[in-house]
Amino acid sequence: MPKRTDISSILVIGAGPIIIGQACEFDYSGTQAIKALKEEGYRVILVNSNPATIMTDPDMADATYVEPIVPEVVARIIEKERPDAVLPTMGGQTALNCALALFEDGTLDKYGVTMIGANADAIDKAENRTRFREAMDKIGLESARSGTAHTLDEAFAVLERTGLPSIIRPSFTMGGTGGGVAYNKAEFESIVRSGLDASPTTEVLIEESLLGWKEYEMEVVRDKHDNAIIICSIENVDPMGVHTGDSITVAPALTLTDKEYQIMRSASLAVLREIGVETGGSNVQFAVNPKDGRLIVIEMNPRVSRSSALASKATGFPIARVAAKLAVGYTLDEIMNEITGATPASFEPTIDYVVTKIPRFAFEKFKGAEPLLTTAMKSVGEVMAIGRNIKESMQKALRGLETGLDGFNRVPELEGAGRDTITAALSKATPDRLLHAAQAMREGFTVDEIHAITHYDKWFLRHIEEIIAEEAKIMQDGLPIDAQGMRRLKAMGFSDKRLATLAVRSVHVAGGLGETQAKRAGLLHDTLRAMAGATSEDEVRALREKLDVHPVFKRIDSCAAEFEAVTPYMYSTYEAPTFGEPENEAMPSERKKIVILGGGPNRIGQGIEFDYCCVHACFALSEAGYETIMVNCNPETVSTDYDTSDRLYFEPLTGEDVLEILRVEQSKGELVGVIVQFGGQTPLKLAQALEDAGIPILGTSPDAIDLAEDRERFAALVEKLQLKQPANGIARSRDEAVAVANRIGYPVLTRPSYVLGGRAMEIVDSEQQLDDYIATAVQVSGDSPVLIDQYLRDAIECDVDALCDGEQVQIAGVMQHIEEAGVHSGDSACTIPPYSLPADIITEMENQAKALAMGLGVRGLMNVQFAVKDGEVYLIEVNPRASRTVPFVAKAIGQPVAKIAARVMAGEKLSDFPPFKRDLDYTAVKEAVFPFARFPGVDPVLSPEMKSTGEVMGIDRDYPRAFGKAQLGASMRLPTEGTVFVSVKDSDKPLIVPAIRTLIDNGFRIIATSGTQEYLADAGLTSVELVNKVAEGRPHIVDKIADGEVALIFNTTEGWQSLKDSQSIRASAITGKVSIFTTAATSVAAAEAIDTIRGSQLEVRSLQDYYS
Amino acid sequence: MADAASSLAPKPEGATGVLVLSDGSVLWGRGFGAVGDAVGEVCFNTSMTGYQEVMTDPSYAGQIVTFTFPHIGNVGVNDEDLESQVDGAVGCVVREDVTLASNFRSHGEFGDWLAAKGKVGLSGIDTRALTRRIRLSGAPNAVIAHDPEGAFDIPALLRKAQEWPGLEGMDLAKVVSRTASEEWEGSIWTLGEGYGHPSEEGRPHVVAMDFGAKDNIFRNLVQAGAHVTVVPAETSLETILELKPDGVFLSNGPGDPAATGAYAVPVIQGLLERDVPVFGICLGHQMLGLAAGAKTAKMFQGHRGANHPVKRLEDGVVEITSMNHGFAVDNASLPDSVEETHVSLFDGSNCGIAIKGKRAFGVQYHPEASPGPQDSFYLFEKFVGMLA
Repeated sequence: MPKRTDISSILVIGAGPIIIGQACEFDYSGTQAIKALKEEGYRVILVNSNPATIMTDPDMADATYVEPIVPEVVARIIEKERPDAVLPTMGGQTALNCALALFEDGTLDKYGVTMIGANADAIDKAENRTRFREAMDKIGLESARSGTAHTLDEAFAVLERTGLPSIIRPSFTMGGTGGGVAYNKAEFESIVRSGLDASPTTEVLIEESLLGWKEYEMEVVRDKHDNAIIICSIENVDPMGVHTGDSITVAPALTLTDKEYQIMRSASLAVLREIGVETGGSNVQFAVNPKDGRLIVIEMNPRVSRSSALASKATGFPIARVAAKLAVGYTLDEIMNEITGATPASFEPTIDYVVTKIPRFAFEKFKGAEPLLTTAMKSVGEVMAIGRNIKESMQKALRGLETGLDGFNRVPELEGAGRDTITAALSKATPDRLLHAAQAMREGFTVDEIHAITHYDKWFLRHIEEIIAEEAKIMQDGLPIDAQGMRRLKAMGFSDKRLATLAVRSVHVAGGLGETQAKRAGLLHDTLRAMAGATSEDEVRALREKLDVHPVFKRIDSCAAEFEAVTPYMYSTYEAPTFGEPENEAMPSERKKIVILGGGPNRIGQGIEFDYCCVHACFALSEAGYETIMVNCNPETVSTDYDTSDRLYFEPLTGEDVLEILRVEQSKGELVGVIVQFGGQTPLKLAQALEDAGIPILGTSPDAIDLAEDRERFAALVEKLQLKQPANGIARSRDEAVAVANRIGYPVLTRPSYVLGGRAMEIVDSEQQLDDYIATAVQVSGDSPVLIDQYLRDAIECDVDALCDGEQVQIAGVMQHIEEAGVHSGDSACTIPPYSLPADIITEMENQAKALAMGLGVRGLMNVQFAVKDGEVYLIEVNPRASRTVPFVAKAIGQPVAKIAARVMAGEKLSDFPPFKRDLDYTAVKEAVFPFARFPGVDPVLSPEMKSTGEVMGIDRDYPRAFGKAQLGASMRLPTEGTVFVSVKDSDKPLIVPAIRTLIDNGFRIIATSGTQEYLADAGLTSVELVNKVAEGRPHIVDKIADGEVALIFNTTEGWQSLKDSQSIRASAITGKVSIFTTAATSVAAAEAIDTIRGSQLEVRSLQDYYS
Repeated sequence: MADAASSLAPKPEGATGVLVLSDGSVLWGRGFGAVGDAVGEVCFNTSMTGYQEVMTDPSYAGQIVTFTFPHIGNVGVNDEDLESQVDGAVGCVVREDVTLASNFRSHGEFGDWLAAKGKVGLSGIDTRALTRRIRLSGAPNAVIAHDPEGAFDIPALLRKAQEWPGLEGMDLAKVVSRTASEEWEGSIWTLGEGYGHPSEEGRPHVVAMDFGAKDNIFRNLVQAGAHVTVVPAETSLETILELKPDGVFLSNGPGDPAATGAYAVPVIQGLLERDVPVFGICLGHQMLGLAAGAKTAKMFQGHRGANHPVKRLEDGVVEITSMNHGFAVDNASLPDSVEETHVSLFDGSNCGIAIKGKRAFGVQYHPEASPGPQDSFYLFEKFVGMLA
């Protein structure tokens, strides 16, 4: 059946910023979809507010709108572009909700736009809890006992039937925002309230608790001819009660008989048929009672999802690409399986390995948030690992997480703890529960006991038990000295580092002397090594080399070797020498090759921006004729798509794993080098180990990177270049810290060395606060000193991104932050071009950046942060690598910055490329997006600690409009009327006056707390009304926010007390979804934007149009 | 690959099992299940579930099944997931040691069950390497052996593998078929209910020829509304006709269709001449083809898995099917009287035929699933539906 010819242009809706529950998997699916549609000759129009995506690269779609994904803006795009169809299934819940709104308000009808992929009725049927349940009843599938409620009273009526504990899920939200599990009536009431608030339809589903049941997911694809196939089954290790996005999962399902599996398979197909998903991918979630197999349908998503990305990477089957082709009318048998190149897409992938996904969390970033997993998703990223058995797969995933684990590390808090403590730890669904289970085994708990508490399936627990038993054996006997024994351990997934740790313990030297001695050299160390086999990661590696025990690489071929595969998608494993020697399918080529190391799991501070850079490096170096080899372990990414690089290794980014890949790749052809500067801190940390192993590092040398990171070495360079830095010092103890702070003078900025994402960074105002910081936030020791900087209050911060080839420096962009210094650069809004800095200051920063690039010997990308105070430029820090801002800069100026950088790193000169045109007649604003709504109880205030998960770009002809769009894209809707609440710190009061005047002129009512009200009245703004602070009696400001009386909040604070006092204001703003600005600069910008935008319609313009 | 060399390779420490291929390759591992040795053809199966069904499928008679999925035995064994009471595969090769079962339906461990059935298991093998070897150079004959003491006479095992005549030309159906006819009871399995037992009134009578049938075929026929009498492979046309069948079913089974066809094809031709409705699956399908004048051939690479797409030519719909065959009806050899109804989307090989002007059809794949997808249950309804 041929593709549709009645449509010729298609609007693809993206997912917007990276938020919890919606990460870069939608860039992956959207990019695949756009490529697939363009291949078929359709004109593709894209809307996505996220500049850090590959899909918004100007050469992807025909017309790319980096505009807020809200119905009124998308309607403008439709009006302008007149697409024949809209594909809403590639952009997560955001795209689905937006398309549905445009259908309901008649926009799609008005402009004759057809929905493809899923129609409005199918979406509604899947998402509307009541209709979904009816549909399931109709096809004879059981749902949990439940009911929907639109009010608290209705909710309590439903509770009568379902009983406690009870699960509450708000309708039409992604990642289960606002939902949870209630164990008592008080909890029930509070969760229902937040669920009703979170749901755009003020509806919650209340369900019988299936806590402890097993949870499964099926990824299904169906075409218009009713051909439907299962791509992958996924089994959650975490039982029901933990959101599937927060669960450890494995693929394929491992604890079902065929009869049970087929029930689930047939049910999944029936669900798609009944809901009416005719042309695309969906997932269906099931709960299974482990006692009798009773099967309950939980939900289905009529679109590609995070789990489709996982299923795609787990099997090699490109779900989004195929779904896009089905959406335009192809049938499954007409599409090729590009993995085999020989078989059609209409088959069910079968795999001969085990895939494990482990989510990554960021609770440590959010003071006050309890690390408990519920039905509302909280993870910020995930790692996937592939092994030939569950043990290898799990241990690879654990070390790929990059949370300091080498495998099933010991849990010190539970070591030697009492049974009650351990039982309590196991009963809590925390991110570390699997490690707690392993520790409990070490403490004598049996599999049955742990199963009874955690409901982890015993099959998984027994494999962990085998790992723990093996660990005990190594701790007893040391490492094996023969190849067979070593291979057996490696096949269980033990990393060299973990083996070293365990081996050292086999030498029973009292009082930790063994560990201490293991780090040193000398006779005692030699004895120790002889007894244990090895005492360090390097020694284990050396032992493996000696025994010739290396991993082999197997192909992910979607067919378990039944057919020859053409796609070089690989993972490592340790195999038995079945035919003489372990069979390796890597088949490295004779070409000139470059290895690009990716960024690993998403986390706050290291996300899609770095994957964007890695993907660009792949594209650019391929164009330059190199074979590109990608290494990464994040299943959500474009970098791990099968056609991004020439060869793809899905592996943890550890020294051991990367070196083994390089060993094979170096066995043939020429390894030109490895790129470590594009994937964020993850690959950077490996630079030294790679260099030590004699691997060529492309671009800036590891030494230069170290020079920029090492405070003392860097200070020397700054002095040589005669640049100005804020006063600073290093402290290795509490007393030193106090001395340094006194020398510099408070306030000071404190942070541990070698950081990314500003972890544990804080502005400290007093010695008492410094003491508190040292006691709670960091460990200060010789190994990990604390850095202390002069804090430049109210300075303007800037970022400069530049490229350097050793001869020439090309400035890519100067970004002026909108928030004042002290807010982490990743959390600040910023603009290109700067909106208020004089030309001479900009030139000065550019000159300093150039001097630094040459001084450091940068080859490739560099990012410099400056602070400007009183006309003086201070250098804050330099990162001689790709920074978070690269994609934003590239999108703002319309230049392939990362691609050129990659080619410069491979030896080309900047003079080979046309210089950047940087005089823009428009403004681009980047705004950060925060997950505060996910963490009730956390103060949504910005600080030097990065908390944002993603970013949007607003682009328009001037700064206020671009700022307004950026806010809208970040879900901060600027009101056009209503009441504005103002409460600002003293130093901000003069700054805020003109902004308030503007708002009054625009007809807003202003309310303020006493100090602010008095100041504004004195400044002539007498219409400002007084409102009670929380401590001043009711009704106070929080009452008014809760009642929906307030449309906009400006709230800035200084000092701990006032911060604490005003926390409830910010918290109620987050729950009430009231736009809030917590700095004077953004408040002023918001007022300006409202003034400019009010009464006019937002204009939309494509990037291609801006650039031409 | 180094075959002579590897056969000389010393036994690794702790090896309690071995697979000796007739080309001299010696694959060391750990034995489980029955102690002893067994000779057979090494094939592979890519299903990720349903190992108990596979190991009781008579079509695997004379074969050693290599499971491509590394973890086998996870859900233990039970008394329901059996596809026959006869010996199918003689052994199996897996990558991972079998761990204790975890499933509410499990009544025992896979290893113990294999031992009770006299089947040899071998773990610790790179099953992917073995599968690739089979893909590239065909299914080898081999001996699988298990000895807890690790004492193996490799030259003797090699001789045994080399002396084994192989499956081609072998009439294994005779070996695994029932020896007496049997009234089949029971329909398909449902969760919580087990196998169904519908009442017997007024059902069309299907005589099912057992060439090594999987029980789920009979269950599906009953589910579709038939009364089923199972008869041995070598039952004569007269005996069948005496049973007054409304339709005759030709089952799957092991071995070479040409060998079994020597006595079964004339019977099928007799049925066709008398316009008795006929439905064949796998080996039964191949023999229906032979009876209608088509040819069969051994495939270089058989189809063995539960993910095979088949296109139904009448409306273009794709069925995902369970397959297990090394022979196929040659679609170039189909006479005018035979219509091709299904083809494999993997390699275009024949997957279904219908005899023009007759109520007779067959499919190469396994619509009864078990293990595998249940997309094709409709065929049983179609067959029983035509027995008015």
